[in-house]
Amino acid sequence: MSMSELAAAHGLKRVGARPRLGSYLRQVWERRQFIITMARYRISVENQNNRLGAVWLFLKPLLNALVYGLIFGVLQGGNRPDDYPAYVVIGVFLYEFFSKCFSQGAKAITGNRFLVQSLAFPRIALPLAVAVQELLNQGPMLAVMAIVLMVLGHWPTWDWLLLPVLLISYTLFNTGVAFITARLTVHFRDLTQILPFISRILFYTSGVLFNVDKLFANHPAVIQLFNWHPIYQVLDIARSLLMTHASYNPMFWLYTALWGVCTFVGGFIFFWVAEERYGRE
Amino acid sequence: MDANERTPVVIVDGVHVKYQVFASGKAVGASKLGRTTRGVRTVHALKGVSFVAYENESIGVIGANGSGKSTLMRAMVGLTPPAEGAVFASSRPNLLGVGAALLPDLSGDRNIVLGGLALGFERSEIESLRDDIVAFAELEEFIDLPMRTYSSGMQARLKFAIAAAKQHEILIVDEALSVGDKRFRARSEGRIREIRDNAGTVFLVSHSMTSIRDTCDRVIWLHKGELVMDGPTAEVVTAYEASR
Repeated sequence: MSMSELAAAHGLKRVGARPRLGSYLRQVWERRQFIITMARYRISVENQNNRLGAVWLFLKPLLNALVYGLIFGVLQGGNRPDDYPAYVVIGVFLYEFFSKCFSQGAKAITGNRFLVQSLAFPRIALPLAVAVQELLNQGPMLAVMAIVLMVLGHWPTWDWLLLPVLLISYTLFNTGVAFITARLTVHFRDLTQILPFISRILFYTSGVLFNVDKLFANHPAVIQLFNWHPIYQVLDIARSLLMTHASYNPMFWLYTALWGVCTFVGGFIFFWVAEERYGRE
Repeated sequence: MDANERTPVVIVDGVHVKYQVFASGKAVGASKLGRTTRGVRTVHALKGVSFVAYENESIGVIGANGSGKSTLMRAMVGLTPPAEGAVFASSRPNLLGVGAALLPDLSGDRNIVLGGLALGFERSEIESLRDDIVAFAELEEFIDLPMRTYSSGMQARLKFAIAAAKQHEILIVDEALSVGDKRFRARSEGRIREIRDNAGTVFLVSHSMTSIRDTCDRVIWLHKGELVMDGPTAEVVTAYEASR
């Protein structure tokens, strides 16, 4: 009897071979406590390392909104969106969720090399923990955003209650993005250098600081393109919900939901396909 | 062979491992042959190693530095893909190596919780195991400090204590005990024997023939990527010591 026959006879599996999708999903579900605990511990470590701790969570986007708002406010002159301060605050605060999942997701595997090399567990737990961590951070950030909006004269309306619904699609989308960047940096370590630039470029091209309809009024093709931009759609709906007088395309609800589900499922499979690869040098 | 009576747990079938290494400069002695080694060079780290490991076995892996011991262990957990051949196992083994904390920024206590959860324990099980793990690692005073502040011996102790809390099917200990002190080594060897006696299979890579004699009932001797000898501990260790 050859060795591979002996292995087959005793039900031994080739080491490192990735499990089937069904059993992989079950293993991930069994690690749900791990994922949540990891996210919470990481939050507390991040808060310990800085003297101001959790305050940085919203101080950073607040400063971003101030600086970019001022610069682009001056640059745009008459093309500024109406109610510009609230416009920028919503854009910057919500973009932060995506940008964190994008950049922290990229470090999920490469930054936990020793954990991955020592213990056997489904690796997707690590980018998932990143997404959970950023979702948990989103709570206090949204509270601060609400306070800033009230200071700017936007009082809560019933529409505000729809924001969590929007966040479901947005979270799915961002989690999928974290899966994708987590795998990509494993293959191309150089990406860690490039990703901050990509995040920056996306920041400038997602309508965080400018009104697409106004700026590209003479270029309907560009507006059409932006209507498929997942982050722009989320920002547009959020602004309409939070700022009473803005209007949006109701189809965006469907589009964001589709973007969210497709990116999540696609990202999951994209990550799972390379399960054998993680932890290798 | 009594292969039909015993249950094989790990089958290593003709495994070759090659590393592509980017070499710079000249290797010693290479200039005589008129060739430099600049550029990509292939290191043939394992040259066709085969063996079968069974349930209730503790297997020592010995050999000089660079003989391919760690490469073999990494191939067995799937971290190093074989160029030829394959490794089969009943479950994915956990590998305890030297160096580096699991999660360096977190305290020892939180490493216990996360390590335990990653190994598949329930939260409540970890709560009840925690005191034992801390006591086993003898880290009562330091358990609240970030793991990166631990000495390599302390890190190794904690990692072993976390991993050893579980009854493993397959556990690989790659020189992880060598940085611990004598007392810790004696206790962890005891724990390895326990895991083995409870239907586990343990691989122990070590340069300490005392550790190997005390814990292993079978030894694999590697030399320059080839399997030199595979048999009962006393026989192989004697031959190995005679060869040096």
